[in-house]
Amino acid sequence: MTELGLQPFLILSAFLFGCGVVCIATKRNAIGVLIGVELVLNASNLNLVAFARFNPAFRLDGQVFALMVIVLAAAEAAIALAIILNFYNNHATVDVDAANELKG
Amino acid sequence: MRTIRALLLARKCNGTNLDLRSPPSPMSLSVALFAVLATLIVVSALGVVLARNVIHMAVWLLFTLIGVSLLYFLLGAEFVGAAQLIVYVGGTLVLVVFGVMLTAQGPLRELRTRPTEMVIAGLLGTVLVGLLIAITLQISLPPPALSTHEPLPGTPQLGLSFLGVSETNPAGSVTGVPAGEAGPRTPVAYLLPFEIVSVHLLVVLIGAAYLARAKRRVKT
Repeated sequence: MTELGLQPFLILSAFLFGCGVVCIATKRNAIGVLIGVELVLNASNLNLVAFARFNPAFRLDGQVFALMVIVLAAAEAAIALAIILNFYNNHATVDVDAANELKG
Repeated sequence: MRTIRALLLARKCNGTNLDLRSPPSPMSLSVALFAVLATLIVVSALGVVLARNVIHMAVWLLFTLIGVSLLYFLLGAEFVGAAQLIVYVGGTLVLVVFGVMLTAQGPLRELRTRPTEMVIAGLLGTVLVGLLIAITLQISLPPPALSTHEPLPGTPQLGLSFLGVSETNPAGSVTGVPAGEAGPRTPVAYLLPFEIVSVHLLVVLIGAAYLARAKRRVKT
């Protein structure tokens, strides 16, 4: 492990974060947006675990935060899919561009 | 993507040159494993972004999640990797696939994005990744003296700290503050966040079941 530093992990997680943000911004399917959010959460988790490995002050904290992010991501996916199902029942579509009732 | 791979390779080469104690092997096992996993993750993340079909996106996401969990195993955080496999791959992804099956009908499965939106989002994403990588290359890294040789705290320590039984955080010093002011961290346990997360999960799942219950549609 001595050759592998912290920065490759940070760069990889930056790339994952960028992919997630582009996915959120471009997908018109609501489930595609949800998948983009999962990518962003995975990027943050990778950062946390990498810092836990390479920073002596955060060896336990990084793992604990990563576990909590995993659990909260599961909760977020459950509630988001319930909302998407409701939206589909009311509008018969999952296109996020169709959700414009609050538009002034 | 090519620039990122080049950057990664450059970092690896720097690392191998700086380390004088290990035998001068060009590629150690961990570096090779990281390269394989990083390639898997990068390719499948690009697949998530570029796929049009929602099912294909879910399958690419599956490979991304598996790659990230293998990276956790490579980093030595076995419990986090196992939790990622069980909760994400076994739970969240199945939930997403169920959502796709319940909502995807013919034309909805492939919603096209306008090309101009795709180009603008791609440019913004490239700028964002470039900014993040530039900041990453600038930050001062923590000294790797202690951390790279001791394994991460394992599952028993993690569980004891979640239960609040023992305060197991090692007495490292806080990095990121000026030298001389960095005092040792107070050891902490995580019973309260654990309870908050558990109650939060219960409330969220009840709320999701309430939101997604079968309703009779009101005829207008």
